Amino acid sequence: MGRFSLGWAAVSTWAVLVYVFMFLPVAVVVLLSFNASQFGAFPMTGFSFRWFVELAENEAILRAFRTSIVLGLLTAVISTTLGVLASLALVRYRVPGANTISTFLIAPILVPEVVLAVALLLFLNFLGLHKSFALLLFGHVIFTLPFVVLVVQARLIAIKPELEEAAQSLGASPIQTFFAVTLPLMAPAVAAGALFAFTISFDDITGTLFWKPGGVETVPTQIFAMLRNSISPEINALGTVMIVMTVGLPLIGAAVARRLAARSGG
Amino acid sequence: MSSVEAREARQPWILLSPALTAVGLLLFVPLIFIVVYSFWLRTATGADVAGFHLDNWAEALTDAFYRDILISTLRIAAITTVVCALAGYPAAYFIARSRGNKMILLLLLMLPFWISYIIRTMSWINILGVSGAINSALMALGVISEPINMLYNETTVILGLVHFLLPFMILNIYVSLEGIDTNLEDAATSLGATRWQSFLEVTLPLSLPGLAAGGLLCFVLGAGTYITPLVLGGPTDAMFANLVFEAIITQLNWPLGSALSLMLLAVLGLLVAIYNRYLGMAQLMKGLG
Repeated sequence: MGRFSLGWAAVSTWAVLVYVFMFLPVAVVVLLSFNASQFGAFPMTGFSFRWFVELAENEAILRAFRTSIVLGLLTAVISTTLGVLASLALVRYRVPGANTISTFLIAPILVPEVVLAVALLLFLNFLGLHKSFALLLFGHVIFTLPFVVLVVQARLIAIKPELEEAAQSLGASPIQTFFAVTLPLMAPAVAAGALFAFTISFDDITGTLFWKPGGVETVPTQIFAMLRNSISPEINALGTVMIVMTVGLPLIGAAVARRLAARSGG
Repeated sequence: MSSVEAREARQPWILLSPALTAVGLLLFVPLIFIVVYSFWLRTATGADVAGFHLDNWAEALTDAFYRDILISTLRIAAITTVVCALAGYPAAYFIARSRGNKMILLLLLMLPFWISYIIRTMSWINILGVSGAINSALMALGVISEPINMLYNETTVILGLVHFLLPFMILNIYVSLEGIDTNLEDAATSLGATRWQSFLEVTLPLSLPGLAAGGLLCFVLGAGTYITPLVLGGPTDAMFANLVFEAIITQLNWPLGSALSLMLLAVLGLLVAIYNRYLGMAQLMKGLG
């Protein structure tokens, strides 16, 4: 009996259906991106890479990719730096009002992104900073920061402070300790935070549509602009490339992290 | 206090200051700014008149058009949340109680987070569109001769939102189910309760915090979206954030856009505040982290 009951069977079936619901549409995007038919819809008329070739020759899409990657990397560097420093303070020190500070730092995800986008756009515009790459970067930093803080904090808690105390009691200065002990131990947390920031920035469309200057497109806003006409096979191909990038990168990252951890452990 | 202690006390603030400054200058000051700005006036020439004018607020609060869209936005978000809860609970329960590859199941659930929102939203056009999977299949089978119009209505907007938000719900429920001692259920059954009774009396109540956290996330994220209605909705399916976008980007009426943004923030902020008052933010952070 127990988990082989009728109830469990129903729950399992339901769960399978939920997974199918989650993945089927995405699978169809990937499938159709290889469709030879020129309309980018069913029926599948054959297997072809032509849409990927066309993507690679589409100057607008390549430009969008460059913009997204540069934006994502800069966002990741800045956001991770701010987030790691703040997390260190919150995990390693007894800070008065730590809970309030935490809530303050994750506030950007508690405020609806549209509202954050409007407020930042209008305020910086008032200060004379109009829609620009800089505004886009500020925006991406502020709404990726909470995710970095959450992810990095969760991982920092797992590092034992005794190791640092040991280094200091053996004569290392606080700065030496940081670079020789803390930073190597923190590396996976830092990497996870950076990866998170990059992926969220790379995916963002809600704020980006408010902040981007005319003529500048990121990959999501480019897809959005292309959708206005109709769904083309190129969009499916672009979708497939995005899926490979945003799903592939974290998986590779996780694999590399495990490798590093195994090496330092052995 | 010795100077060493003073330095010790200062250090965390030095580490915190860049992040605190960023959030302060890029979120809180701008929010205060749009409160002020919402009382300004945008003239026909496009110049702003500073001052204390109630015109934008009068328009935002009394115009039936805005009110109707606010109500339908809240309705769409509520339906989305309920559907996510009903669909997500059994799935979360399955993951939490399965003895198999829990890690794989969780990883699969996390995957959609990494797949672009715009891709996941537009993917439904491939399924429901005039030449999408369902119409093609039905026509190939001879069930229908003309494609059915299934897209671009409120139902597809909700479908898109559920697809986007379901992982948030499942993850939050899962986190709270994981925290429940399974011995409690066993104790209930050994005292004579059926498995269903022990679920209703023990497990379900104990998992309510996760359900509430997931519900809050689904509702707030759902009510704040404007991309999903643009991609999957028809011309009459605008949500409140679409009005904000229209006012700010299309009409360039920034003071009015400020007032509309603040209205949305007030409604959703009230929900977050109520949640925080009764359940606290800790549960929400557990699910996010």
